[in-house]
Amino acid sequence: MAAPHADQPSAAAGSARPASGAPLLELTGFSKSFGPFTALDAVSLTLRAGEIHALLGENGAGKSTLIKTMTGVVQRDAGVMRLEGVPVMPRSAGEATAAGLATVYQEVNLAPNLTVAQNLFLGRQPTFLGIVREREMRRRARAVLADFDLDIDVSAPLESYSVAIRHIVAIARAVDQSARVLILDEPTASLDAHEVEVLFAVMRKLAARGIGIIFVTHFLDQVYAICDRITVLRNGRLAGTGTIAEMPRMTLVRTMLGRELAEATAERHERADLSAAPELVRLEGFGKAGYVAPFDLTLRRGAVVGLAGLLGSGRTETARLVFGAERADSGSATLDGRPVALTGPREALTLGFGYCPEERKTEGIVADLTVRENIVLALQARRGVLKPLSRAEQDEIAKRFIRLLDIRPPDPERPIGLLSGGNQQKALLARWLATQPRLLILDEPTRGIDVGAHAEIIALIRTLCAEGMALLVVSSELEEIVTYADEVIVLRDRAHVASLTGAAITVPAILAAIAEDGEATANAA
Amino acid sequence: MTVKLPRIGTAQILALAAILAINGFVSPQFFDIRLQDGRLFGSLIDVLNRGAPVAILSLGMVLVIAMRGIDLSVGAVMAICGAIAASLADDHSLVVTLAAALGAGLACGLWNGFLVAVLGIQPIVATLILMVAGRGIAQLITEGRIVTFTDPGLAFLGGGSVLGVPTPVVIALAMLALTLIVVRGTALGLMIEATGGNPRASALAGIGTRLITLAVYMWSGLCAAIAGVVAAADILGADANNAGLWLELDAILAVVIGGTSLFGGRFSVVLAVVGALIIQAMNTGILLSGFPPEMNLVVKAVVVLVVLLAQSPRLASLGLIFSRRRS
Amino acid sequence: MTPASSSVSRLVPVAATTVVFLLGFLICALTFPNFASLRVVMNLLTDNAFLGIVAVGMTFVIISGGIDLSVGSVIGFSTIFLALAIERWGIPPFAAFALLLVICALFGAAMGAAIEFFALPPFIVTLAGMFLARGTAFLLSTDSIPITADLYGHLSDHAIRLSGGARLTVPAMAMLAVVAAGMVLLHLTRFGANVYALGGSRQSAGLMGISVGRTTVLIYTLSSVLAGLSGIVFSLYTSSGYSLSGVGVELDAIAAVVIGGTLLSGGYGFVFGTFVGVLIQGLIQTYINFDGTLSSWWAKIATGLLLFGFIGFQQFTLHMARRPRRRATTGSAAANAAGAAS
Repeated sequence: MAAPHADQPSAAAGSARPASGAPLLELTGFSKSFGPFTALDAVSLTLRAGEIHALLGENGAGKSTLIKTMTGVVQRDAGVMRLEGVPVMPRSAGEATAAGLATVYQEVNLAPNLTVAQNLFLGRQPTFLGIVREREMRRRARAVLADFDLDIDVSAPLESYSVAIRHIVAIARAVDQSARVLILDEPTASLDAHEVEVLFAVMRKLAARGIGIIFVTHFLDQVYAICDRITVLRNGRLAGTGTIAEMPRMTLVRTMLGRELAEATAERHERADLSAAPELVRLEGFGKAGYVAPFDLTLRRGAVVGLAGLLGSGRTETARLVFGAERADSGSATLDGRPVALTGPREALTLGFGYCPEERKTEGIVADLTVRENIVLALQARRGVLKPLSRAEQDEIAKRFIRLLDIRPPDPERPIGLLSGGNQQKALLARWLATQPRLLILDEPTRGIDVGAHAEIIALIRTLCAEGMALLVVSSELEEIVTYADEVIVLRDRAHVASLTGAAITVPAILAAIAEDGEATANAA
Repeated sequence: MTVKLPRIGTAQILALAAILAINGFVSPQFFDIRLQDGRLFGSLIDVLNRGAPVAILSLGMVLVIAMRGIDLSVGAVMAICGAIAASLADDHSLVVTLAAALGAGLACGLWNGFLVAVLGIQPIVATLILMVAGRGIAQLITEGRIVTFTDPGLAFLGGGSVLGVPTPVVIALAMLALTLIVVRGTALGLMIEATGGNPRASALAGIGTRLITLAVYMWSGLCAAIAGVVAAADILGADANNAGLWLELDAILAVVIGGTSLFGGRFSVVLAVVGALIIQAMNTGILLSGFPPEMNLVVKAVVVLVVLLAQSPRLASLGLIFSRRRS
Repeated sequence: MTPASSSVSRLVPVAATTVVFLLGFLICALTFPNFASLRVVMNLLTDNAFLGIVAVGMTFVIISGGIDLSVGSVIGFSTIFLALAIERWGIPPFAAFALLLVICALFGAAMGAAIEFFALPPFIVTLAGMFLARGTAFLLSTDSIPITADLYGHLSDHAIRLSGGARLTVPAMAMLAVVAAGMVLLHLTRFGANVYALGGSRQSAGLMGISVGRTTVLIYTLSSVLAGLSGIVFSLYTSSGYSLSGVGVELDAIAAVVIGGTLLSGGYGFVFGTFVGVLIQGLIQTYINFDGTLSSWWAKIATGLLLFGFIGFQQFTLHMARRPRRRATTGSAAANAAGAAS
């Protein structure tokens, strides 16, 4: 393929296109609840023609729900959307496309097994007497893609091309269906630097044509490289909006994570002298190509290591590598000074590791099974098939942890899928605590659970630590990390970029490291 | 919710009772049981006796389906193992005969399990291979003939009786007990339900899903072998063309009637056997009622449809909307 | 992998199938002196015509990611229905054909609708269809009923005579026509592209504005109509109707489709591959017939071995195709997982 080239320097991105004054798309009062959970609370957003508008927020901030309610995939409870002043209310993705509102998702929603040309024109191929005019379709496909400086074989299957090209094909399909607003949902998550530039060139070109682009990403560099304005959501609410000049990095990170510097001098527990704590696990040069850059990590008994960073920075990936859920392709690991191979969950289990994943529903609970069965699962897996826990033992374990962690309702025979998120989380903690692990890895243990359960889980982390367990905790709740962590490792762009210990662990210091703001780091330190 | 949910299995047991009652209604002698030459006879005994092979198959099938798999090859495996048993019976001791037949069943299961667990082929495709080739292998063993035998030991497994109860029924009960011990007496049952319910979560919890997959397909192969031996012993011969023909579908149906979802997860071994008895009771009932036996398949089709609709997630949500609208 | 080589690489399975067929034919020709004749080829077409016709329908179903277990039973139903309609009820043959195809279309549409509307697995829905069609056939009659209508005699005599006593019969012509029409429909129309799109990803197809429901219903309708047509051809071939005819044909059809290089998980495949797959199965049978000493069960074993070979081959190529891209996919999968909650 002939690589398309970015003809504008990226620095010019922000100011090169003064967006016209009249709003292209205007959302006001968008609200959506799922049962008792409020996913969106009166969110508004204004997109101007020719503008690239970043939509930012952590997990659970409401970005996805906002996009889904805009494009009719999910029906909103309240809110008005005006496209060029005319109220629109699409009830399906198809209607949204017809209205001029197209979405390209991270995992491109095209048919990878069909040719590029078929994908561009699926459902509206040029035909003669019912037969698709293949030659004409290819000619048009080449013409459409030429517009994006893309000269590829349009008769080859889409899957033979890189993710970046698939994105451009999806964008081309949307634009060719006369989209005026383009929503790009994390298009850059799996692209390399060059591919990102290619995509940006396309976005600039479309913006220059007057198309409004909503760009969801979790790479801050990209926000400043290409966007004109930013809207930040937090906990389903509008947390802030402004031009990139009005929202420098530090402000942006603070808006996303919702911390004011003043409140950041949070109290913290007495930190143990890290070097005195006995070493449990030492990882050196541990990493996996394209997943997380190689890193060193030491986990000590009775100490908590916190992993901080924005969504997609490599926090979860680090946790998975340590547990062996993903196999590292470089580096070495020792446990108690002896070399060990972290090759999979089964090995991790026998080594005395435990891991509560962030995705409770898809990777944590087995929804149909009871609380009791979910709790004993890992312990049973370690004992093996032939040494079943008797029903009495299972009951005893389940009851003990239900009492210890205050799981509600306190019914061990209830299918776990019927419990609230916080109680599911506690049951998953119980699953691993039952194995009496030496190292417990928790990925966002307090995500999506109510305030009461929040405090209980933090108290539990401290207790476990005091009992001599080593903990590795991923969290985007910085005040929380500050209160329990003995070391905080900050990640950015899938690499470990900073390590804070002792008195250096403060919210401003973590924020500064996340925002890559050298001065702030220095100040905080 | 104030209404207490019915205990699992109520529907199946009620269905079986209803079908038996209807059978009793159309054929008043249905419940008559008499003892003759030390063996029980009667229509009810007949249902149990004829239902035994499918019941045995369903014991393996229920585990496979609970793991989100399916085993299409059991009918063909029955034919293979029946053929082996019948060919060896007259020249070898019963132990050798049975060991060969059951060993062949385990080997077939190992093959299926290898394709699914190690090569990662989707179960319906993987077991299709043996479904197609297996019957040919069985014919190869019998050389296309119906191989008959006279060995009384093997014949006892099909036509004999223990304390008046026909041997196939005894074998089915013994296998049911054995299966229960294997899955509920060990942690296997829990691990199967966990893996079928959420494979990713189960693997992360440290369950060796690959080994369990292998074991489950081998168990299915073993059950098919036993069913094949019983079927061959029943007719004192092996008919490679017809032994176990389409019984894989009956076994799948029995499991589905028994309330185990084709999408895996929770399973009930006992209810799968009840499902097999429901199928057999319908067959016998249609026969007794004087309807042409051809009705069988139509009735079966209707049963499948009813069970499907009852399991359909879409229908459940529709029902919810409907009841909400009415209230 | 460059795009050009990859668009060629999707032809590899079909090419492999074709090579296997040609090799097989060569072996037969070298083993049996009379084998390499137009007559043998024509008989191959005639004898496998009914299988070829259902297999074309099965190709559509499987490429869309489904399966249709009911086709063998539909053939059985069709032959007995035709025999009764023509011989007992006095319906003119062509009217009976038309009526049958309408019934089959409704039957297939009902299965497709059940799959789509109730979100049920195709395997179990078409299993119910299999029981229903066979049961209905049994209810119609369990006897084998000869069909003596003039049209049948006429049609079975009618053939294009070729050199060396070879005859291109009506069933063979019907199959060739269906294969050609199937190729046009699958590879050259919007409907065909939709079938592939469904096999690629139902969800994406829906988001791209394809009517997934309508396409699903049409696919199963097509499969059942072709099974009905196959039943017509089968009744011509045997000049009779019998409710047990076509038992197990669904398996032969699925095997032909898989041997023809179509991926059972959907999204990939060609009608031509299926056609060659049918010919390979026919060739195995012909070899056994020519040999005279080989027994019929070798056909099944050989088919099973071929199935294993092709499935193993597909699994291997899939594995190899995924390997170089693993970097990107695992990275994005992790990011998906992280992004899903937002």
